[in-house]
Amino acid sequence: MSSPSDPRPGRGAAVPPAPDLDLSAIVRSPLHAWRSSVSLRVVATTLALSLLVAGLVGWLLVGRITSGLLDAKERASVAEAASGAADAQRQLDAAYTGPQTRSASVIVDNLMSGLALRAGGSPRLYEVVLLASPPKRGDTPERATSDVAESSVPTELRTAVATDQRQSWTYTEIRFTDGTTMPGLVVGSPITLPSAGNPPMELYFLFPLTQEQTTLDLVRRTVLLVGIVLVITLGVIAYVVTRQVVSPVRQAARTAQRFSDGLLTERMRVRGEDDLAKLATSFNAMAGNLQEQITRLEALSRVQQRFVSDVSHELRTPLTTVRMAADMLYEGRDEFDAATARSAELLQNQLDRFESLLADLLEISRFDAGAAVLDPDPVDLRAMVERVVESAAPLAERKQTEVVVAAPDGPCIAEVDARRIDRVLRNLVMNAIEHGEGRPVDITIGGNEEAVAVTVRDHGVGLRPGESSLVFNRFWRADPARARTIGGTGLGLSIALEDARLHGGWLQAWGAPGDGASFRLTLPRTVHGSMSESPLPLEPTDAGPRVQASLASPYAGPRREEAAK
Amino acid sequence: MTTTSWGVPLRERRVDATMSGVKGRVLVVDDDTALAEMLGIVLRTEGFEPVFCADGAKALAAFRESKPDLVLLDLMLPGRDGIDVCRSIRAESGVPIVMLTAKTDTVDVVLGLESGADDYVVKPFKPKELVARVRTRLRRTDQPSPETLTIGDLQIDVAGHSVKRDGEPIPLTPLEFDLLAALARKPWQVFTREILLQEVWGYRHAADTRLVNVHVQRLRSKIEHDPERPQIVVTVRGVGYKAGPP
Repeated sequence: MSSPSDPRPGRGAAVPPAPDLDLSAIVRSPLHAWRSSVSLRVVATTLALSLLVAGLVGWLLVGRITSGLLDAKERASVAEAASGAADAQRQLDAAYTGPQTRSASVIVDNLMSGLALRAGGSPRLYEVVLLASPPKRGDTPERATSDVAESSVPTELRTAVATDQRQSWTYTEIRFTDGTTMPGLVVGSPITLPSAGNPPMELYFLFPLTQEQTTLDLVRRTVLLVGIVLVITLGVIAYVVTRQVVSPVRQAARTAQRFSDGLLTERMRVRGEDDLAKLATSFNAMAGNLQEQITRLEALSRVQQRFVSDVSHELRTPLTTVRMAADMLYEGRDEFDAATARSAELLQNQLDRFESLLADLLEISRFDAGAAVLDPDPVDLRAMVERVVESAAPLAERKQTEVVVAAPDGPCIAEVDARRIDRVLRNLVMNAIEHGEGRPVDITIGGNEEAVAVTVRDHGVGLRPGESSLVFNRFWRADPARARTIGGTGLGLSIALEDARLHGGWLQAWGAPGDGASFRLTLPRTVHGSMSESPLPLEPTDAGPRVQASLASPYAGPRREEAAK
Repeated sequence: MTTTSWGVPLRERRVDATMSGVKGRVLVVDDDTALAEMLGIVLRTEGFEPVFCADGAKALAAFRESKPDLVLLDLMLPGRDGIDVCRSIRAESGVPIVMLTAKTDTVDVVLGLESGADDYVVKPFKPKELVARVRTRLRRTDQPSPETLTIGDLQIDVAGHSVKRDGEPIPLTPLEFDLLAALARKPWQVFTREILLQEVWGYRHAADTRLVNVHVQRLRSKIEHDPERPQIVVTVRGVGYKAGPP
């Protein structure tokens, strides 16, 4: 017997803990982990956003530092190149106006050594390349300091200097004849060699940017490192903060789950006075109220159950005596006079009726009091139907009704309370035979992975529109004027519906005037297992299409299935 | 009477009763005097000898004194609960007990069966129904064939009405003995609960399969090495029971 402290025995209280950034779970089912873990979502979002921000800031920072560094260098270099070029032009002019005019190559050599001196020692501030503007005349000397390759000067720059005849500059890669390269800034100025024909020349100053490059590399590395550290730190902070909020929420969820599983004494711990503490306090207050209500209702239900049980016993004991006495009289009725004998017969018959009415009433009140208990066992529905049909054979014979059973080849096993389902099937089959007007009664058994089903179909007068929802009502009769041959109590289908519901199953009715009626019992394979659809259609396939099906089951069954039809 | 070997005196008593021309002595334990009297009338009409006890507290003493062949026991009794009475009678005797109950709830019925009742009748019952139950429980094989059956590591002497493991007798109630013998007689057959109800309890129509479930459990607790993992009376899921491989 279930103890009052545990109102719903058998329902486990073990609640699996919510996933807490479980990496293996994330790998196994990323979508599920994403949906089910707030921490994961917050951390991932934080990481993504901070990565974006850090990237943007780093990019701006590096850009600013680069342009700052290079602008200064550029200004200094251009000024230095301008003064160097002016100096060189002056030196050349002086060389030609002097008393002895030397050969052009000597003059140029002097100029280059002067420029090299000006560029300083090792490492030099800049390299110098002197080139003759095209079209080049035969003997125009070209020079370069420290093996700088001529290709270090981009052609575009040369064109610009030669055609515009003014100072131009650009960034380039300084190449040496030994193959080494370095980043650099090249500034070109036009000069003229005042020798025969004044051939135009171009003087290029190449400023290596090695120093700047090193500085920039350092800055980039630092920014990247700081960015990574920042993003990771933000991720960790986000995780820690979410945990602070999520943990109490998870605890609340767990507590609520346990509470709903029937552990009514379950409460949340209240710590501090923050919002979460308020949540816990409110939750506890709610749980307290609920517990009180449930306990009160349970007490009420127990009182009612007790009452039903007592009434049952108190009524049944004298009824048993009456029953036995009536039976004795009935057995001996041959020795009585006609009136007394008939009285004994009436007494006997009406006692039968009274008895079944009492049994049904008590059964219904047991359901109403919530005292009905399921006693499930795996049962093959085919065997059960066979037995029911067998026991209905005398009635079928009397009504000259053929009962046709269509069952699958394989077993149709479900966990059911054999006594109750036997009663439901018996009721459906008896009803079908009674209302079948001698036409065949079709019983179909079916099953899928989740559920098993039995439909019982008759071809009698059927149900008028709207009646299929009424048949489960207590004491409802299709036609009050019609006599009943099996003396039903009017509670059979109500009890059958309650029995189906107790299993977590459905009992539904379909009927059309003149086309008979069909009742479908659908039961989950396991008690209270989930079912999405019945293995069998409720509406018979042989029903005429013109017939407006009056399909309804206000008590049980999926609504969407009805809507689909 | 000793508490361990009650199988044998039961048989001796039955021989006595048959010789005295009475079908059997029935102890009626019921507090409702009208019902008890009515039961008495019906039982006497059918040739039984009824003995009455209206108080649960005195039921055990009445049982010891009258040495009945069968007990009709009302589950709701003043003084002492019918379940308790059933347990104490069962503790010292294998005599058939048929419960009279007004409750059909599973817990009540199963509790009654678990406390040792062989069968039950729900009030209100018809006299014929009750008499049929009583007769079935008193019915023994008329000519006990001298057969010896084997089931698992148990030897069943049908005529001697005893079950032995390695020569050690295992006390079973007559009902449990019938159940075991039915399974042992056809070790190749899977018995549905309905067939067992028919063969052992004598129900011609489908009846309460809980009777079978509870008594198989009780039988297993006596004969199985590990009742949690039965080897002798094996469950065939969705069908019923069968004898385990020897």
